[in-house]
Amino acid sequence: MTDSVPKRSGLNSLFQPRAKGVLLVSLALLIIAVVAVPWPLQPSAPTTRRFTMVSRQFEFEPNTIQVNQGDTVIITLTADDVVHGFFLDGYGVKMRVEPGQSQTVQFVADKSGKFRYRCSVSCGTMHPFMLGELVVGPNTTFGRAVALIGVVAIGVTVYLWKFPLREPGESTTEVRSKK
Amino acid sequence: MNTTRIDLLTKIPLLKSILKSRFFQPVLMLGTLFFFVFAILTGFFGTPAGSKNFSIIYIWIVWWAVLIIVLVPFFGRLWCTVCPIPGPGEWLQRRGIIQKRYPKLMTLRRRWPRQLKNIWLQNVAFLGMALFSAIILTRPSVTAWVLFAFLILGVVLSAIYDNRIFCRYVCPVGGFIGLYSLTATVELRVKDAQICKDHSTKDCVIGTENSYGCPWMVFPGNLERNAYCGLCTECLKTCPRDNIALNLRPFGSDLLVAKGRSLDEAYKAFIMLACALMYSVVLLGPWGWLKGWANMNSLGQWAIYAVGFLTINLLIVPGLFWLTAQAARLLARLDISPRQAFVDYAYTLVPMGLMGWIAFSFSFVFVNGSYALPVLSDPFGWGWNLLGTKDFPWTPFLPQVAAALQLITLLIGLGFSIAIAYRIGRQHAGSDALAWRGALPITAFLTGVTLLFTKLYLG
Repeated sequence: MTDSVPKRSGLNSLFQPRAKGVLLVSLALLIIAVVAVPWPLQPSAPTTRRFTMVSRQFEFEPNTIQVNQGDTVIITLTADDVVHGFFLDGYGVKMRVEPGQSQTVQFVADKSGKFRYRCSVSCGTMHPFMLGELVVGPNTTFGRAVALIGVVAIGVTVYLWKFPLREPGESTTEVRSKK
Repeated sequence: MNTTRIDLLTKIPLLKSILKSRFFQPVLMLGTLFFFVFAILTGFFGTPAGSKNFSIIYIWIVWWAVLIIVLVPFFGRLWCTVCPIPGPGEWLQRRGIIQKRYPKLMTLRRRWPRQLKNIWLQNVAFLGMALFSAIILTRPSVTAWVLFAFLILGVVLSAIYDNRIFCRYVCPVGGFIGLYSLTATVELRVKDAQICKDHSTKDCVIGTENSYGCPWMVFPGNLERNAYCGLCTECLKTCPRDNIALNLRPFGSDLLVAKGRSLDEAYKAFIMLACALMYSVVLLGPWGWLKGWANMNSLGQWAIYAVGFLTINLLIVPGLFWLTAQAARLLARLDISPRQAFVDYAYTLVPMGLMGWIAFSFSFVFVNGSYALPVLSDPFGWGWNLLGTKDFPWTPFLPQVAAALQLITLLIGLGFSIAIAYRIGRQHAGSDALAWRGALPITAFLTGVTLLFTKLYLG
């Protein structure tokens, strides 16, 4: 037998919708804060970073490069086998390199986050998946993403704790025991 | 009256007229069949460069994106309505395309084995394809062979068995569309189940003079989930009581339907989630050696890759979730078997998995979508310039926007899945508080999965 106990009564029922609103608004404000408030992390003093990169079917070596925001990045690219390209997401940096030659590109890593560089010249079957990663630190984008995940996970959990969901048509009483 | 449903057929009479027409489905299927055969031809006879071949670009980028980002979450099995693969076999069975001309289907009338009346075969078929995905997704001729094999298998099975055996029990794509369509915002249901119960002739099952029984072997009167309704709308044409509705409904409604939950579907959820993660690592990661293994650079390396891939899909992800579900069972003091806790809570992975796939798809749709224009002008890669777009350059479209969309999608999946975990717990737990406690381990698992995706995309 189901023993249902009314959960909302008297003053409680007056405050319940307000409490729900407060919680939802708090969560929304927290999300906005995570996205918009500047992080206290300061990038270290800018330097010049040089990388010699080899491209071959279907990889770049090194496949990951890490720099700090504000660094001047100089990449010298060679091709080991066939013609390859280099396109850096977010920066629009492009070059094309033929086997036996090298090409150099220079840019200032002024945006933080993870950016993929990819082959931009059709070089064989796995060409669309020939990728590498430039991580410009401090990677606040990832930090904010992790914080958002925390806010959503904890926020939904707290919401469900305070305001148990009801199925359509179900009474708004708390089920205490089904036996 | 169900206040969370809106019957589109009542609201839009024109839609009802269109869906009731016998021309509706075959005409759409003939259209998609044209493109399907064209993709096979370009795959066989066009350039081997995938990025310049219609089959690769239009099947694995355009079709895939439309399917997973739009059709499945919003319209469920709508793709199955227009899918060309069962067309030729079904038309041979019926000896007609539009009108019903013969009372019986022309088949060998064999019975599909009882042991295979589930989606295990679809799980195996999907995993088989996933193991070779680096090959299939990049070689036009292999894509063409796969599509051709599907077409032939559809015809062969239609000749042996009645109805759409291929779609219901074999199609690797249909398996996951069925599972993910549990979340869809559209459903086909009966308006009043009692009318079906009282209707002795069951026309929707056996057919009438002018229409067929359900090709998906479903009795609409019992329909409570989208999983196995192919939205062919045959029942709409058959029902003499005008008792079929096409409802607009809240996202994820079927995930709370306890009837029909099963281990094969649970494993489908694990496989789909694990594959989305694995694809994100192998195809979108920076590790060239791993791509080489998946690309069969050597048989030995591929064998190691295959063992790892299958182990993660069939043992590691389900194993970790088993432990999580048992923790949930204990915390919520659920009076159900460990297996039932494992199966029931597995449905929390459906929204998460779907959003994982959408997030994965954003990364290549935004970056490689521009290949679609030149390929339209030169589908075989023979140098044609039919529409003047042949020389349109590869132009990645706002890759950083794609990253933001990926995160938003994953967050939606996370929040929704946590809520589903709680609601599934409520179906068994003695109180709201216990259901909430049971959702905690599941929340931890889901958060871990979301962090993993996010690390791969943004970290």
